[in-house]
Order: sequence, then C-alpha cells, then structure tokens
Amino acid sequence: MTELLVVEDLHTTYSSRRTMTDRLARRPLEQVRAVDGVSLHVAKGEMLALVGESGCGKTTTLQSILRMVPTAGGVVLINGTDVTALSARQMRPLRRHVQMIYQDPYESLDVRFRVRQTVEEPLLVHGIGATKAERLELVRAAMVRAELIPPESYLERYPHQLSGGQRQRVAIAASLVLEPELLLADEPVSMLDVSVRAGVLSLLDRLRRGGTMGIVMITHDLSTAAHFADRIAVMYLGRIVEEGPAHDVIHHPQHPYTQALLSIVPRPDPRERSRGTILTGETPNPRNLPSGCRFHPRCPVATDVCRVTDPALAPPRHAQGPVVDGHVCACLLA
Amino acid sequence: MTADLATAPLLEVAGLHVWFELPGGRELHAVQDVALTLEAGQRVGLVGESGSGKTTTALTIMGLLPSSAAAAGRVAVRGEDLMPGLENGFRSHRWTDIAMVFQGAMNAFNPVRTVGWQIAEPMIAHGTATGSAAKARVAELLELVGIPAAAATRYPHEFSGGMRQRAAIAMALACEPKILLADEPTTALDVMVQAQILDLLTRLCGDLGLALLLVTHDLGVVAQTCDDVAVMYAGEIVERGRIDALFHDAEHPYTRALFAATPDLYGDEPVASIPGSPPDLARPVVGCAYRPRCPLAFAPCVDVRPVLAPVSATTATPPGTQPLTEPLTEPSTEPARHLVACHAASSARAT
Repeated sequence: MTELLVVEDLHTTYSSRRTMTDRLARRPLEQVRAVDGVSLHVAKGEMLALVGESGCGKTTTLQSILRMVPTAGGVVLINGTDVTALSARQMRPLRRHVQMIYQDPYESLDVRFRVRQTVEEPLLVHGIGATKAERLELVRAAMVRAELIPPESYLERYPHQLSGGQRQRVAIAASLVLEPELLLADEPVSMLDVSVRAGVLSLLDRLRRGGTMGIVMITHDLSTAAHFADRIAVMYLGRIVEEGPAHDVIHHPQHPYTQALLSIVPRPDPRERSRGTILTGETPNPRNLPSGCRFHPRCPVATDVCRVTDPALAPPRHAQGPVVDGHVCACLLA
Repeated sequence: MTADLATAPLLEVAGLHVWFELPGGRELHAVQDVALTLEAGQRVGLVGESGSGKTTTALTIMGLLPSSAAAAGRVAVRGEDLMPGLENGFRSHRWTDIAMVFQGAMNAFNPVRTVGWQIAEPMIAHGTATGSAAKARVAELLELVGIPAAAATRYPHEFSGGMRQRAAIAMALACEPKILLADEPTTALDVMVQAQILDLLTRLCGDLGLALLLVTHDLGVVAQTCDDVAVMYAGEIVERGRIDALFHDAEHPYTRALFAATPDLYGDEPVASIPGSPPDLARPVVGCAYRPRCPLAFAPCVDVRPVLAPVSATTATPPGTQPLTEPLTEPSTEPARHLVACHAASSARAT
C-alpha cells in the first residue's frame, strides 16, 4: 500500500501570550509543546483513529497536517510531497486533496447558506466546474455520496431545516465535492444524538472502504475507535504513547495509559460493571512537561527509572499477551 | 396520615404532563404521563434522545420550569404533593430536599466570586448555615467531593473542568438534600474525568443515602452507574425496569435500537443507527409515537396509544444468566418492576 499521509517527528509549539508585566520583567517567551514528536501514516482505504483526552494535541496534529498552524519541525508528506516546505500559494492546490470535518455541524455550517451553496462553495474557491450546471452536477454527486438522497429534497434547505445528522452529512458532502484523498475528521459524531451517530460513522466507513480515500478520525470514544478504525493511535501530552491495529490495541493494550483508558470505558452491559483504573487528576499542563516519561506522575506502575528516562515508541519487549507487527508502545516497562 | 407519609416513596412523580404554549395557540407536549419513584440510595437513569423530555422532567421535579410552560400531575416528596402550591410548594423543598447538578453546571459559576462563597450561597439563602458554620460546611463539602478544603478561596478559573464539576456537585449537596438530579453531569468532560465523577456520584449515594436521578443520553453511563432505568421517547416513558433486565431483555423496540446504536468496546455486533427522527411534538401524536421508526409496527400502533404495562414475570430471569459482578440494591418487593409501553411486546406475550 502506498502511503497517502506520512507524518514524521512532527513538532508544533505555541508561544504563550506575554502580559505587559512579563515583557517589562523580560521574562522569556514560554513555549508550549502541543505536538511533540508525532509520527503517523495513513494509506488509501484506511482509517486511523487518534484518541486521547482533551489537550493531548490531537486537534493540533490535524491542524499541523493542513498547515492551519505553523509547524516547528518534522515532515508531513501528502502523496509524497513535503507540505511543511511549501508556501501558502503552493499549498493551495494540495488543500483540495485534504479536507477537514469538524465536530459541531451546528457551528460549521453558514446559517444563511442553503445546502446547495454550502456544498458548491469549495468548487468556487478552487475554480472547479466551468458552468453552474456542471457545478450543480458535482454538488448532487457529492450529496449522493454523503447519502443525502434524493439531493433535490435537501438542495434548497437552510441548516435550521436539517437535523444534526443531516447537517453533518452536508458538511461531509462539502468536503467530498472536491474528491479529497485524505479526510481529517475531528470528533465527527460527538455532538450528534446516539441514534444517528452510527449512521454518520458507517458513512465514513463506506467512504474509506471505497479505496480512494484515507481517513484520520479524532475521537475520545474508544468504543467507536474499536468498531470503525483499522488502527488506533493513543496520544498523551503531545506524544503518541501507543499505536497499532485497532483489535490489538483494544484487546492487548501495552501502555498503562491505554490500559487505564480502556478500563473506564462505560460499557452498555451492566454485567460488565467494574471498577476500572481511575487515574486521579487530569492531564498536566503541557507548559511544564514532567521529566522522564511524561505519564509517570499519573502512572499506577511507574518506577524510579520512569522519572528520568523518556521512553521512545517501540515494539514492547515485555509484552502482555500476543503482540503483532506494527503494535508499538512508549513505555519503559512494556 | 402519618402512616401514609412513612410508607410514601422519597420522591414520587405520577401522571406528569408538561406543555408549552406556542404562538398560534398550538401546544407542545414535552412530557406526557410520566411516572417514576425514587427511594433513598437508589440510582435511576433517565435516558433518551435530545428532545425526549428528560431535562424537562428533571426541571419540573425541581420546580424550575420556565413561565411559558404549564404542568399537571403529581410531584411528591415523602408523600407531600408539591404541585398544587406551585412556586411556594417547590421553594421549601428546592435545594433542601431536592437539588440538581445542571447540564454545563461547571461553566455556570460566577467568575468574580470564590468557589467557596458560591457553595455557601444556597446555605445562606435557605438559612441552613451562616458565617463560620457555613465556612466549615464548605470545607466539609469540598473534601467530600475530593477537593482540598483550602481551594474554597480560589476562583472558578483556577479550577479545571473536572474540579468545577465536583464543586457544582458540592454546591448541590450544600443543604443536605435527599434527592439529587444530575442532568448530563459528565457530557462535556474527558473520559477519565467522567469516570471520576460517576464514581463520586455512586459513592455519595451509598455514603449519604442520596437518591440519584441521572439524566443522560449515554446508555453506557447508565449501565455503569444506575440500578434502574427509564427510557423516554417523545415525552413518554416507553420502558422502565432494572438495568440488567433492559440490557438483556428489552421489550420495547426503541430500547433495543438504542442499545444497538451504542458501540460496545469488546462487542462484535455492528453498530446500527435508528432510521428516521422523533416526531414533532408540536403536532398531536396519534397512536404510538415510535411507530414511524418501528420495524415491528402493526395495525393497533396506528391509532391506539400504548400504555406502560408490566412485562410478564416469566421473562424476568432468563436462563443462563450470570450473577452481576457488583450486586445492585436489594430486590424490590414491588410486583412489576419491568414495564413497557408497546403493542408488539404485549401481543407477543399473549400468543
């Protein structure tokens, strides 16, 4: 499989805002390492789920891939082209191939645009389709792919006339109209009702199984990742701490953080009621990263060496259960 | 009457109707004929899609409906009906008997007051404690929800989301209520913090004998937290029973569809969405409200509204079931705990 997206050692830093007092006191600019050495790859026809708590850098990773935020280091290859080296003008034609779907379809759609206008706009921006009729044909085709069928009954509607699930499908249609090869979906169903979530997820699943598209989906819900993704990458404080085939990460987690996350997933079966490993506190502030392994302050099994040595992502040496190729974990004890 | 009061349930809601007047003389029936009871230490989940009337039901129990709404029915605490007195009836019980953790409560703190001041406010308003007594109680409450007492002097922005949600729970507990209503208490929180908050709520019910009504759309959260569950659809309770009965032997097709739409971490079954959308409650609903989305709909569903009826006892304990990992509260002596409002379910039993 040729890799559609390759990210290597990506770094994205934000500098915190300095107040006047900070400036007068000549305090140095504080750097927040939001993404701190992330590597990942996605092939066509594949879905990668990026999971982790808020503030772990999932969204920043996606924004860095699209160059929506400047990167501080690393390589992002889209179809073999390093986009980190491109100017904004050179980036533009590439953007057509990489589209983003946002969390909240109640906010991502323009309330004054009819569905037709929303889906047509990307075509106008990229200068695709010479005539109005030609564009309308593309709009219809994209809507059919997003399962807004028949398109005629949705074309002239405004967002307020649509349900949450339909709105998200309109947002998806507006991405599909450019026939992207890579879809970046940031929590695409977390704002939707439970009853329609499965429908939108199945749509994304069918789209990537078509074979012409790869998807990176951010989710905080491991059950969703387990059901729909090929591979799962677990992020913690700007790093991927475990990555591997979805089934293996779910059934044989190696990193204590992944194990803890899995243990507290609320299962709908009351017989599976269990006291999981509830980690105390919340993700530390990325402004002052812990020394050594960044998970050690919350880790239930941390030893002295974890406070000093920062583990790299590698195949586990003391694997718990069977571990397949491509299942890697950043833990000194795994 | 004293004997009656002693045996009366802690909270009893019966025949509750809530409707909103719409322009043009139309009415939106948000809650229709809802009945439920809560006992000390019991944890009940109220689940359903958005717009199913879960939050409206909780707000009615708190006596906090907006002025555009009208309500009828019975909301009784220890046998005392609060509805006739309306605002006066509820005021004497709000916070002192029934308290609520609102949806997004963690974002509703006053930014210019310390957290401690805000937790003390209901105590002062209700006269349960003042001055140093209130201060001591704030410290006690913060410790109870797992926040160091010294944090009372800090401002909301100095708290993380999870800590603010804990503080919101502390505030709800300020006047020692018997009943806690929690409206989507973990929806905006991270998974690990969600687990912490649910663990806290479960512990509080055990330690303080609190009755909990947990309003949520997440069946996983209910399954992990509650003993009993009521499923709402289009303003009505369509199925009610113990959580294990509903998980393994749901009788209502909507309950089954909700479980099928909830992905299970280790489950292999495909996740299925529910086709269609809930009915517009501003139009009168004839027959079963779920009929347009129901795969089992047949003739009577069109014009006869199904009523909640007990599921026959023979289906209560299916063969081959294993004991629960954690025992639920003692089995009730009530004859029918599993109720369903569905023509298809009742006709299947008749045959």
